[in-house]
Amino acid sequence: MPEQRLTDTVLTAPEGVHVVEQVVLESRGVPYRELNARIHGLVEEGVSAIRLNGLIGQRYIGTNLRHPVHLTIDGVPGNDLGAFMDGPTIEVLGSAQDGCGNTMNGGAIIIHGSAGDIIGHSMRGGEIYVRDSVGYRVGIHMKEYESMRPVIVIGGTAQHFLGEYMAGGILIVLGTNLGSGVAHPSHYVGTGMHGGAIYLRGRVDTNLVGKEVGQMPLGPEDHLILQRYVGEYCRYFRADAEALLRGPFTKLAPLTKRPYGRLYAY
Amino acid sequence: MQPLTHRGRLFACQSIRDVGDKMVLSLASAPAFIVERDETRCIACQVCVRQCANDVHYYDEVDGSVRSHDAQCVGCHRCVTLCPTHALTVRTNPLEFRPHANWTGEALRNIYKQAETGGMLLTGMGCDQPFRIYWDHMVLNASQVTNPSIDPMREPMELVTYLGAKPERLEFRPEMVSAGEDGERPSGSCMALTTEASPQLELQVPIMFSAMSYGSISLNAVLSLARAAEAAGTYYNTGEGGLHQALYPYGAHTIAQVASGRFGVHPQYLDTAAALEIKIGQGAKPGIGGHLPGEKVDLDVSRTRMIPAGSDALSPAPHHDIYSIEDLRQLIYALKEATGYRKPVSVKVAAVHNIAPIASGIVRAGADIVAIDGLRGGTGAAPTMIRNNVGIPIELALAAVDQRLREEGIRHRASLVVGGSVRNSADIVKAIALGADAVYIATSALVAMGCHLCQRCYTGKCNWGIATQDPYLTKRLNPDMGARRLTNLLRAWSLEIKEMMGGMGINSVESLRGNRDHLRGVGLNQVELDALGIKSAGF
Repeated sequence: MPEQRLTDTVLTAPEGVHVVEQVVLESRGVPYRELNARIHGLVEEGVSAIRLNGLIGQRYIGTNLRHPVHLTIDGVPGNDLGAFMDGPTIEVLGSAQDGCGNTMNGGAIIIHGSAGDIIGHSMRGGEIYVRDSVGYRVGIHMKEYESMRPVIVIGGTAQHFLGEYMAGGILIVLGTNLGSGVAHPSHYVGTGMHGGAIYLRGRVDTNLVGKEVGQMPLGPEDHLILQRYVGEYCRYFRADAEALLRGPFTKLAPLTKRPYGRLYAY
Repeated sequence: MQPLTHRGRLFACQSIRDVGDKMVLSLASAPAFIVERDETRCIACQVCVRQCANDVHYYDEVDGSVRSHDAQCVGCHRCVTLCPTHALTVRTNPLEFRPHANWTGEALRNIYKQAETGGMLLTGMGCDQPFRIYWDHMVLNASQVTNPSIDPMREPMELVTYLGAKPERLEFRPEMVSAGEDGERPSGSCMALTTEASPQLELQVPIMFSAMSYGSISLNAVLSLARAAEAAGTYYNTGEGGLHQALYPYGAHTIAQVASGRFGVHPQYLDTAAALEIKIGQGAKPGIGGHLPGEKVDLDVSRTRMIPAGSDALSPAPHHDIYSIEDLRQLIYALKEATGYRKPVSVKVAAVHNIAPIASGIVRAGADIVAIDGLRGGTGAAPTMIRNNVGIPIELALAAVDQRLREEGIRHRASLVVGGSVRNSADIVKAIALGADAVYIATSALVAMGCHLCQRCYTGKCNWGIATQDPYLTKRLNPDMGARRLTNLLRAWSLEIKEMMGGMGINSVESLRGNRDHLRGVGLNQVELDALGIKSAGF
């Protein structure tokens, strides 16, 4: 595949905007297995930034990558973007498909557009930021462990079963596309949830919330969480943090760590 | 009025404690077992008191004797086995309801229990209902006169089995030899193989230990399995419990599961295992998820599963990224991508009605191994009604799947591993003759480690130190001794398999695979014979 090395600015490197040497891969039409093998090869070489141009639906980009490499994707990555990954930052200049961040352990995925279903399925660590909206079952079975606490921030809205079976972590939905007074459209929010917290900005119809979760008042710690992650969202997507943080936010949290404790006859 | 003796008082207290504020209607709390103590043999050493996690035995200090609360006995035989003077006998309580072919004692007791608690009935181990065991209705062949049998004591007998996709065809190119300054030229006589084999698991015996998680069983039990797998040249399976640090040295003999809860699935886990297995279903509870209650998620289990301590570990019923064969393919290839295509990926499903087309889809989705778990497969905990009523016997599922894959010309694309009650070496020979590449054993392995099938795994009070995390109980199972017993079992079964193969005039397990001509049915009707694809004995 055509490949060149050039110097470019990386927008969202952890330290902010800075200039790096970047390898550019012209990815159009390259099968995913070949493309991913090349990415892994470059990372092994010690390349710290890779840009994929013309990506159209290739799956598993960044899967199981473990270095703090910066991947910029110009195009639409296919399903399972960043599955099992632990450390890289992936920035998508466009939308992403299903399963992005599947069972991810660490790193960040920043999507300048929308994303599909099951974003962050079972993720244990790292952060996912989606500028616009997402599909069904987002954040399903996210879990936290010791110091690892996964975070998903969605600018628009989510479809049904948001945060189902959630066992830990933070899910923030900003609802920037909701008209004034219009409630979040997601049904069964937090069904079976037994850990973590969901923050929804704007009106929430409590009938649509899973029966295992309750609405909790926001404490000082919640405001710190929102300031930090909504702030990050605004830095990535150049949004107005002050306006978004005005809320109002609804916090959903599990009523018990043992939602299914009394099911059995013994 | 005659004063109560100490003994009488204790019994009175006991019965009051048992009954509590429940409405006494039933025999649900009547003892299932009666503990008989031969007072002439009992030396009041209290071994039984210390051994029983169910608090059946207690020492009465006043009259210096050991007594029993029979109602708490689960029939696990720990006390009977360890009593130094053989003073104990545990019998089924002969107290019976009035005989009724439909309303059996069990049916009534279940209703009483549910009326009291409002909960689902829970049980452990495999289905205990009298469904037909097809292994016991199939007999094996042996050579007589017209072809010689082989003596495995003197002649080589091959049990080595490779699990993984086999190539469509083999391709060769002429082998090149150096031609001095002219570079290379074809040697003319030799050909070099160019086909690249898919990753394979090499088994010295066609038997693996099937999935049992750390959490459902003790670390000592998993260590026993891991060490035995290493010693015998085969594999054990993590289940969905993650990989405890102590198990990393056995990575080359580990099949690591990726199930719907994705517990403990992280980069080192994927790196360490020899193969990965996507768990879709389990024979004991097809179609439902798993649920490790929060009280069993102690610090060590929490670290291994990478979840908070004390919180329920819920495995959803489906994988929420798999709603179709195409989605399954996506996860299979996600795992292949994550492991550089160096490890076989297995997909485990429960044997259900349409298992043949399901297995075909799994093979077409790219699985290297299809593992099928039958109706009688075991479990640490399952709703009783599911365990006893959902799924089909493994013998029928295996026959259907092998037949279907052959008809579709894709049998070579995946290996077939079956479990869900393989009890002895003859079951294994029959399974391989029906078309399996290898078998998974779990209940047999637990029995080898001391399990007496009391079916109370879900209580966490396993007196044999297997299905428990209580350190007082787990230390009863020494992993080296457990491993030795398991290795012995595999050795014994291998010897028997070789004897049976030799008797059939077969010297390699490859030649036995799918060789249904070596099977005949006894006492089966024509539909069953057709389903198994075998002839009746006499034909």
